[in-house]
Amino acid sequence: LCSASDIQKDLGEMVKKDKVVVFMKGTKAQPMCGFSNAVVQILRMHGVDDYASYNVLDDQDLRQGVKVFSNWPTIPQVYFNGEFVGGCDILLQMHQNGDLVEELKKLGIRS
Amino acid sequence: MSVTADHIREKLTKELGAVHVDVEDTSPNRCATSYKVLVVSSQFEGKPLLQRHRMVNTCLAEELKEIHAFEQKTLTPEQWEKQKSQ
Repeated sequence: LCSASDIQKDLGEMVKKDKVVVFMKGTKAQPMCGFSNAVVQILRMHGVDDYASYNVLDDQDLRQGVKVFSNWPTIPQVYFNGEFVGGCDILLQMHQNGDLVEELKKLGIRS
Repeated sequence: MSVTADHIREKLTKELGAVHVDVEDTSPNRCATSYKVLVVSSQFEGKPLLQRHRMVNTCLAEELKEIHAFEQKTLTPEQWEKQKSQ
């Protein structure tokens, strides 16, 4: 009965545990969707290797729960310092306009 | 309800006051209903990217339930002019 609220609480902790957190389809080593792959590639391009990634394909509760948690309808989802940044389109646009470098600098990551 | 490009365009134009909307049906390249949209609206002015995308997501909340993959780009009329001239 309390699993829905449990997962919301868990997610609150998961996104704060690491500076960069990604919820994706597949794994860093083997993304299972082009959009998730794009996020992995963008982060790699900026030298961000040490981040937490969670595979939503492994866990249907996580897949639905993270959408509710962020009020965002799609996967992948990227978090910096516990804050929701956006999905693949937003990360790509931040990469293109230089905002991503600035945001990573705030996290102490030099790209 | 079946989602069409025209339906998405009309809704974004009406609800977000979009002055220009490009809707590309990318379903043929993917495994299910997929769309890529460009939305140009003065309502995006002064709003960060995340908030703009949330406005589009909210506007299309019902439709997104049936869409498998959704890509969006949100520009102000000024940004759009600049991009066109590039």
